[in-house]
Amino acid sequence: MPQVEIPKDSWSGSVTTVTLGATAADGGTRSHTITVGGHKALPFMHFEQKMAHRPLIALEIKDHRPDDWSPLLLDLWGDAANDPASWAKAAESAGADALVLWLSQNGTDGKPTTPQAAVASTKAVLQASGLPLLVFAPGQAELDNALLVPISEATTGERLVLGICEDKNYRTIAATAMANGHLISTRTPMDVNLAKQLNILVRDMGIPPDRILMDPTTGGLGYGIEYGYSVMERLRLAALQGDGNTQSPMIVTPGAEAWKTKEAKVGHDVPATWGEWLERAINWETLTAMALVESGADIIVLRHPESMRRLRAAIDELMSVPA
Amino acid sequence: MPLSGLQIYKLLPKTNCKDCGLPTCLAFAMKLAAKQMELAACPHVGAEAKAQLADASEPPVRLITLKPSAKIAGGRELKSGNETVLFRHEKTFINKPGMFLRVHDNEPIASIQARVAAVEAYSVRYVGMDLTLDGFAVQAEAPLDATRFASVVSAVRAASKRPMILIAPDAAVMSAGLKAIEGDNALIHGATAANYEAMAALAKQYHSALVACADTLDGLADLTNKIKAKGVDDLVLDPTSRQLGASLTRQTQIRRLALKKDFRPLGYPIIAFPGDAAPDQEALQAAQAIAKYAGFIVLERFAPEMVYPLLVLRENIYTDPQKPIQVLPGLYEINNPKPTDPVLVTTNFSITYFSVANEVEGAGLPAWLLIVDAEGMSVLTGWAAGKFDAERIAKAVKDSGVANKVTRHRLVVPGHVAVLSGELEEALSNWEIRVGPREAVDLPAFMKQVL
Repeated sequence: MPQVEIPKDSWSGSVTTVTLGATAADGGTRSHTITVGGHKALPFMHFEQKMAHRPLIALEIKDHRPDDWSPLLLDLWGDAANDPASWAKAAESAGADALVLWLSQNGTDGKPTTPQAAVASTKAVLQASGLPLLVFAPGQAELDNALLVPISEATTGERLVLGICEDKNYRTIAATAMANGHLISTRTPMDVNLAKQLNILVRDMGIPPDRILMDPTTGGLGYGIEYGYSVMERLRLAALQGDGNTQSPMIVTPGAEAWKTKEAKVGHDVPATWGEWLERAINWETLTAMALVESGADIIVLRHPESMRRLRAAIDELMSVPA
Repeated sequence: MPLSGLQIYKLLPKTNCKDCGLPTCLAFAMKLAAKQMELAACPHVGAEAKAQLADASEPPVRLITLKPSAKIAGGRELKSGNETVLFRHEKTFINKPGMFLRVHDNEPIASIQARVAAVEAYSVRYVGMDLTLDGFAVQAEAPLDATRFASVVSAVRAASKRPMILIAPDAAVMSAGLKAIEGDNALIHGATAANYEAMAALAKQYHSALVACADTLDGLADLTNKIKAKGVDDLVLDPTSRQLGASLTRQTQIRRLALKKDFRPLGYPIIAFPGDAAPDQEALQAAQAIAKYAGFIVLERFAPEMVYPLLVLRENIYTDPQKPIQVLPGLYEINNPKPTDPVLVTTNFSITYFSVANEVEGAGLPAWLLIVDAEGMSVLTGWAAGKFDAERIAKAVKDSGVANKVTRHRLVVPGHVAVLSGELEEALSNWEIRVGPREAVDLPAFMKQVL
């Protein structure tokens, strides 16, 4: 019988190891920390290098009941979605590895979210759940700064992840993260060079690499996932080839992207060929996420606990191959 | 692996006879390497060189074609293989993996016929394309029964015009199935170290492709060599792992060996069986198979809510990265617009189009959506490349005849190209030019508050 020589890639670079959250011993209040990154090979190629840390799944919660989420999600979370503390508890008991508190642009009164309200929501979540926490602002550069700086100052030492750090506001967010012992999540729109450029800019500010997560952005299934998928593959290849500006662990938000699509969001007046609504929506979210796991995602932010359960079972299988 | 010009030159007569039309053998070799000429242009090349050159021109992953018998009018053909890259961004993935629904020969024939009919009728529209499954797999179940297998195969063939995969561990049973669809170019699953001789004989007799099954790469390579020696060239690989991690490892190793090492014994498409997974993991296994190198995918369940997202994922992953999917330029109506509703402008890049259309449609707002031919580029890229400028927008307004459909001439341009509004006001003097938001997601709020 012939002996097939299995080609193994050997890489000069590796992905940075990043730890989220701080326990009491390290000056925070989290019940435990989580660690991602550290890869020395492409995802799940254990026969080359045992994968250092498995991809983790965070569930997204909001500071108040959102008015633009699919009724499937709102029905599922029920009353828990009415306030961030009970939502955090529900997401933790659903089995999330971490929580993303994604702040709304407006409060329930229709006016822009105030810094006081944002700090209160963040503190409520930190009290309700011991999970490592990521806090994402609404994505309007000025408002984001106004909300994230006081949050950062009110939670010193927690090793939160502050996002979304974009080219317009990276200075403010990186500075407050460094001053208060937090991490940042940078976001660029599905482009390898823009991702590298923002990484250079935040590192020029002096923030250490082990406090940076990179969100290369994705499209949902059917709405541009192939761009996000290939950008992530290219970023990970560049990281392994030794490009220091692409070596941050990657965080992506397939939950938000998938649940934005009509296929997931809408249950009536759609073609019969789309099939049953709930299962279709869960497939839309899990398949978006699965493709991104294959292309190198380290933290996957989802919205539905059933999608999380299925994706985690898949990651278990991907991790269980002997080296 | 393709030979270089110099490697080819060494195989040529090196007489510079010019009979090929070129001044030297080296020049001819260079043309061959660039695939600009055929070897047949040289009347003097020897048989051995011919064989070597032909071998070198074989694709690293063999192309497998399945089709129903020519007697079946409108029969559908499926091509798999011929892939040349490990990552889609390097060039493109070429032949989408064939997606098959599996039926079992111990099911009631009426339920099989109903499922086959449902799949035959199923077609879902995505970005202007009609997506469907590709064929059916029939699996023989214990206790094996050749007559029953053949009758189920016949029943599926009678209800379908698509390619078939026959799955049976026993050559006598397989033979009965193949006889039932004589004339088909089917796929046989499969040959093992124990039965390959009989299976190879059937593959030859019935002009079918044959799956080689082994749980190690050594075993698989050994088996394909032995089957090839029996004269069967169209092979497919089943590395038999049904677990996600092991499948990813095996399929990556096989693809790398074929592409990077030109390792011919594993230079064939791979077949994956997500249908063997637990029901709630089938879609995830199929998703991995699509992204990571399967050439044939056998599903167990037919449910539109699973098949639709899988077909879309396959379309997305196999999109040529150099040629993004475009939508037809022109005027689109969203939520039955009236003549007083606004005209929104954007480019014909499919994702741009769908982002805008979905936001407006999802918000329930009526609008006219004017799609400009920006050669498939997004707003910013198109503007930077001069493919989405005032001239093209003005031309699209005129060509579409939208001026006759609206009474209020309001044109909303994307915020990213606010700079064009001055020129547009000149080019379209009877239009009110409004600058919209930069991102589609902000359109509904803009339309409600500003328009």
